[in-house]
Amino acid sequence: MNTPITFSLDGKTVEANPGESLFEVHRRLGGDLPHMCSGLNPHYEADGNCRLCLVEIKGEGALAASCIRKPEPGMVVNTDTPRAESSRRLVMELLIADQPPRELSHDPNGRFWQLAEKMGQTESRFPGRNQPAPDISHPAMAVNLDACIQCTNCVRACRDIQVNDVIGMAFRGAKSKIVFDIDDAMGLSTCVGCGECVQACPTGALMPANGVGVIESDRDVDSVCPYCGVGCQITFHVKDDGILSVSGRDGPANLSRLCVKGRYGFDYVSHPQRLMKPLIRKDGMPKSLHPDIDPANPLTHFREASWDVALDKAAEGFKKILDEKGGSALAGFGSAKGSNEEAYLFQKLFRAGFGTNNVDHCTRLCHASSVAALMETIGSSAVTAPVADVAKADVIIVIGSNTSNNHPVAATFIRNATKAGAKLVILDPRGEAMARYATHMVRFKPGTDVALINALMHVIIEDDLIDADYIAAHTEGFEEFSEHLKAFSPEKMAPHCGVDAETLRDIAHIYGEAKSAMIFWGMGISQHIHGTDNARCLISLALMSGQIGRSGTGLHPLRGQNNVQGASDVGLIPMVYPDYQPVDSEEVRKEFEALWGRPLNPEPGLTVVEITDAIHDDQITGMYILGENPAMSDPNLNHARIAFAKLQHLVVQDIFLTETACYADVILPAGAFPEKDGTFTNTDRRVQMGRRALPLPSDTRQDLWIIQEISKRIGLAMDYSGPDQVFAEMRKCMPSIKGITWERLLREDAVTYPCESEDRPGAEVLFGDRFPTPNGRGKFVPCGIVTPDEQPDPDYPMILSTGRLLEHWHTGAMTRRASVLDQLEPEAVAHLSPNDLEAMDVAAGASIRLTTRRGSIELTARVDSGVPDGLVFAPFCFTEAAANLLTNPALDPYGKIPEFKYCAVRVEAVSAET
Amino acid sequence: MNDQKISSNSASGRRQGRGKGRGRRTTKGRQPVPATVREIRQIIGDGPFRREGLLDTLHLMQDEYGHIAAAHIAALTDITNWPMAEIYEVASFYAHFDIVKEDEPIPSATTVRVCTGLPCQLAGSDSLLGSLFGDARIIPAPCMGRCENAPVAEVGHHHVAPASLELIQNQISGSAPVPQSAFPSIKEFQKNGGLTALLSLREGVWTTENAIEVLRKSDLKGLGGAGFPAARKWELVAAQPAPRHMVINADEGEPGTFKDRFIFEKHSLRFLEGMYLAAMAVGARPITIYLRDEYRDLIPLLEDGIKSFRREISGLPPVEIRRGAGAYICGEESAMLESLEGRRALPRHRPPYAAEVGLFGRPTLIHNVETLYFAAEILDRGADWFQAFGRNGQYGFRHYSVSGRVADPGVKLAPQGITARELVDEYCGGMADGHQFAAYLPGGASGGILPARLADIPLDYGTLEKYGCFIGSAGIIVLSDQDDIRDAALNLMTFFADESCGQCTPCRAGTDKAMRLMRDGNWDASLMNDLCQVMAEGSICGLGQAAPNPIRSVLKYFDPENTAET
Repeated sequence: MNTPITFSLDGKTVEANPGESLFEVHRRLGGDLPHMCSGLNPHYEADGNCRLCLVEIKGEGALAASCIRKPEPGMVVNTDTPRAESSRRLVMELLIADQPPRELSHDPNGRFWQLAEKMGQTESRFPGRNQPAPDISHPAMAVNLDACIQCTNCVRACRDIQVNDVIGMAFRGAKSKIVFDIDDAMGLSTCVGCGECVQACPTGALMPANGVGVIESDRDVDSVCPYCGVGCQITFHVKDDGILSVSGRDGPANLSRLCVKGRYGFDYVSHPQRLMKPLIRKDGMPKSLHPDIDPANPLTHFREASWDVALDKAAEGFKKILDEKGGSALAGFGSAKGSNEEAYLFQKLFRAGFGTNNVDHCTRLCHASSVAALMETIGSSAVTAPVADVAKADVIIVIGSNTSNNHPVAATFIRNATKAGAKLVILDPRGEAMARYATHMVRFKPGTDVALINALMHVIIEDDLIDADYIAAHTEGFEEFSEHLKAFSPEKMAPHCGVDAETLRDIAHIYGEAKSAMIFWGMGISQHIHGTDNARCLISLALMSGQIGRSGTGLHPLRGQNNVQGASDVGLIPMVYPDYQPVDSEEVRKEFEALWGRPLNPEPGLTVVEITDAIHDDQITGMYILGENPAMSDPNLNHARIAFAKLQHLVVQDIFLTETACYADVILPAGAFPEKDGTFTNTDRRVQMGRRALPLPSDTRQDLWIIQEISKRIGLAMDYSGPDQVFAEMRKCMPSIKGITWERLLREDAVTYPCESEDRPGAEVLFGDRFPTPNGRGKFVPCGIVTPDEQPDPDYPMILSTGRLLEHWHTGAMTRRASVLDQLEPEAVAHLSPNDLEAMDVAAGASIRLTTRRGSIELTARVDSGVPDGLVFAPFCFTEAAANLLTNPALDPYGKIPEFKYCAVRVEAVSAET
Repeated sequence: MNDQKISSNSASGRRQGRGKGRGRRTTKGRQPVPATVREIRQIIGDGPFRREGLLDTLHLMQDEYGHIAAAHIAALTDITNWPMAEIYEVASFYAHFDIVKEDEPIPSATTVRVCTGLPCQLAGSDSLLGSLFGDARIIPAPCMGRCENAPVAEVGHHHVAPASLELIQNQISGSAPVPQSAFPSIKEFQKNGGLTALLSLREGVWTTENAIEVLRKSDLKGLGGAGFPAARKWELVAAQPAPRHMVINADEGEPGTFKDRFIFEKHSLRFLEGMYLAAMAVGARPITIYLRDEYRDLIPLLEDGIKSFRREISGLPPVEIRRGAGAYICGEESAMLESLEGRRALPRHRPPYAAEVGLFGRPTLIHNVETLYFAAEILDRGADWFQAFGRNGQYGFRHYSVSGRVADPGVKLAPQGITARELVDEYCGGMADGHQFAAYLPGGASGGILPARLADIPLDYGTLEKYGCFIGSAGIIVLSDQDDIRDAALNLMTFFADESCGQCTPCRAGTDKAMRLMRDGNWDASLMNDLCQVMAEGSICGLGQAAPNPIRSVLKYFDPENTAET
């Protein structure tokens, strides 16, 4: 099969590579056959239905579609005979007959009409069909089936590529019709708005809504998506210095795919609430707990200032505290949304400029516990293999991750793998949209992860499914660990975690017997007071089964934000410098003191929640917050907000007046993602280039510039002309990116670290030989059962779990100002099971009140059969009903991560009168 | 907790997001209604559900309710996890599933389907359709495979043939008796020589090679339409790695063809013997019979036969009868495989052929019903017996379905190579009273139309092709001087347009455009020839490739401006 095939093409003897179609051979040799379905994206399969690429094969009665036909030895193929040419033209003429006239077309310069023009066939003698009505029910996409040519590109986009399975081709013959679900309006269907179908449609039958698809862009800028950690590569299409549309680029993490946020979530940058001028809190304006400032009109509480005045004011406030109380009275929150360069400079400012390690970011609220467990057991906190490796896995475990909503494009890779035969086991208290593709969808009791995973490991040991050779060669502590697990039989754990023993045994066998298996996890694992234990168990599971270090195996904690991996890598965490080098190591510290030219503080700094507590304790009185919104994202917001209100000096640097900015003394308006250059590191450890597509609006400034101006004013000279210079400095102290240069990233767009040399790719799969631990071995850490901190009781009888919605990201600062996303999810909702709503006699869509010991919010009840009875799920993105007013700040002792996924709550109906 | 008053900022009225309107009350898309889910579960059972069994599941729902409501589909998705879009696209592809959305009326409990196939149209089905009235749902339908008794109507699940207003009304009102047929006895069958070949093969008296050799000598060709040598097919499949499947194509949908039905009714045990012989010879199991839904009344007969065989002979491969659901395209073997896998019946691209990559990707032996009947006959009686028949240089015989303007229409067992005129004169009692032989269709709807002056050429493979026609499944429809050739051609094109699967442009758009042009009387030769070219050359499967045959015949042999023969 691997030898080339020799055949005749247009009179010449040619060779085809194995697997190549006639079309592909012809194109490779410079040919240019018409086509609609193949070749538009290398990840799509040709379908052979449109018949525009017909060719003649000697000895065959009918013509063949070259896109799908494979050459055979000795085959005689002609593409340019009158018979083939006229048939192709006639196919186009048939298609034209059913199109609206080009001047009225939805996409007159789209691929269809361009091809028609090239073929010289833009008219038709044939009678047209009866045309269907348009469907404009979706805010982002218009469906105009009068332009549909039934090529099924969209069906394959939805079914084979993104595996959302919303689009079908219904009816038959000339009545064949693209449908959503059961011929429902697109906007009322299960469509998740990924827009893959629009990207795939050649005719304009599926187009971006509101006509933006027909406007020609001034320029196209290749960049990456600013939302989740998947790291999809995108192209900004820019017109008049505004983003017209976004398309998916063929990056390694997305293969041209995007989700609804990445494709349609960009008009926040031009939202009228953008901060355009520096703001200084008006003299004597008090900081109240609930400031109630209209983000559209901050001038009720702030006055505009020049940059010089604002920067001076910001710096003076820091200096005063520095002088009076020293650097440890200051703290900084950087951002996982900013670039590596911004995060690096920010932590450098704190360490070298302020002399404190009190610098952290939202990784603390996401994967701090995963990081703690990974560092402890295998000596490295990043993923061991990229998401795309699922294609090589035969078993995939997804636990505590609503991947479809939070890492939508990663979920498409997982669904692709299941379609190719991989077994998917989803373990989660809530149902997952991917459950349809799962071998097992196991809904265990919230907070019983350790019991569940220990039971699986118990079976793997008991039934001798362990990889003894791997354990002997690569691990330590198995004996004691194995002893510890004896107490966790499935029968014993079943009542605890709410999963019957037989299912536990099944799953253990599926994983234990897999040739290659990957584990993905999300915040459902990490955001518990036993989050580190949860992660330790998953690591042990992989270690005992030898499922690390090979292709198609590994541990993958899915990173939540676009640069949470990178921000951590460059040292935006209180205990380590860039590349996870500990601040309390004298040797390391000396190196950084040499690099930065300043004496450095040997004390590890405080973490996010600890910083809030330290403000309450008057230890910290000044903060610099860049691009973070802790007044929405911290647990027990009342407590956190009191702290921010209490600060003597707070500088917030952001693009909107966030909830946090309401407590600021100085607000510095920064550039938004598409207005900046910088590198971003995705969940796979791929460092990717984000490029500036838009100019900075009005009087805003680059984050990098602002950090440097503050730095200069507190006496630490910084003079980087751009992110490339910062990146160059990062390489001096980060061995992991030794082989990655700025120029290389400009050229290649993505390079995975660790990367040894500039002419070699980075390592995608890690730890095949040894772990970066002192003895090279991975460590088993036994974990017992710790129950969540706050258990339901008669006053607060249900469990509250928080998280994200597909359309809204993090605290909603960006997405709720993105018009499409906001239209899709316009109001605060809480998801409850049908049974619970029924028992409470609350109708779906009615108002309910959620109350915990820490606060109370009112929002709309949404019925969700994926939610188990007794649980309420509330997204934390809605400021008008901020879920974090309710959450429990109890911390995991190792990762210092709060228990966002579990607290006791009371749910009440809110009567219509009140 | 501290003394801070428990706070709610929801009352502040400030909204960061600019969301207009309300959010959804539910998660995205249609939600299952719990009561409907319980109902559907009762109908379809507890599973496990085979995705390939989607058509069977839909039949259960359609048979229960007389339609499939939108809520039923949402419930089915809830139960099975099959995407709604997949269920809907499959259900809407097949004519026998009536999907009813919320804003649509539920169809009447009784559906009357009136056959609009050409023989029935000749027999007046149009006026029947026009004159039916009452509460029943009355819809036109394609050929029901009972053309010898045209015009045909189906009331509920019962066929009325020949149909009249009165008979249909009687059937609707339930006053017509439901015919009960007796099942043949396998003992009797065996007494008359049946089972000899099968037992010989099973006992090892015969080898597969012997059997194939006999078939080769007989030169039995596939009688479903394509005429592929049966012996060659057995060899090809037998040479493929196991597991191998066998599928019986009993989706006899070619208008004017009803011989498979005849064989089921008259020779079901002989057919079953041929089926088992073929399966055993090539080592195929299980066996699947894909039966067109119009023939579902035959299921008890076949099931009884299968039971008898299994009682008499141990170790036979299992047989499953699967119902089609009203789609002519399923007669195309690769489309049938798609249908058996629970999808829309879109023909596959070839190569690979089904002998290599067939049902569920496995090598598959696919045979027409009549072919298997003759295989059993030949293996029982010998190749020479079969070869002894024949005319005009052809050998063997076959069942011709003759309909239209002849005195005695029906299935005629006649020699291969017979001419149309001989068939009409010798086997059908000549033309019907008052009719002059004007034209004939040698191969159902797709085999083209020939004038009576060409009624003396042998009806066989290789001969008709020279005239732009083919014999196909030997459905001979005879037209007379009283019939309008253009109307007949339009009838056929309307059928193709209705039955095109819609996959490829030339067939989907071509059949529709052709129908529209013909309906408007636009027979512009250059336009029509272009249209015929792209359909014939560019379509994926035989439906689209053959669909222009009626047009080409009319243009070639009949003056389109008047019905007189040129």
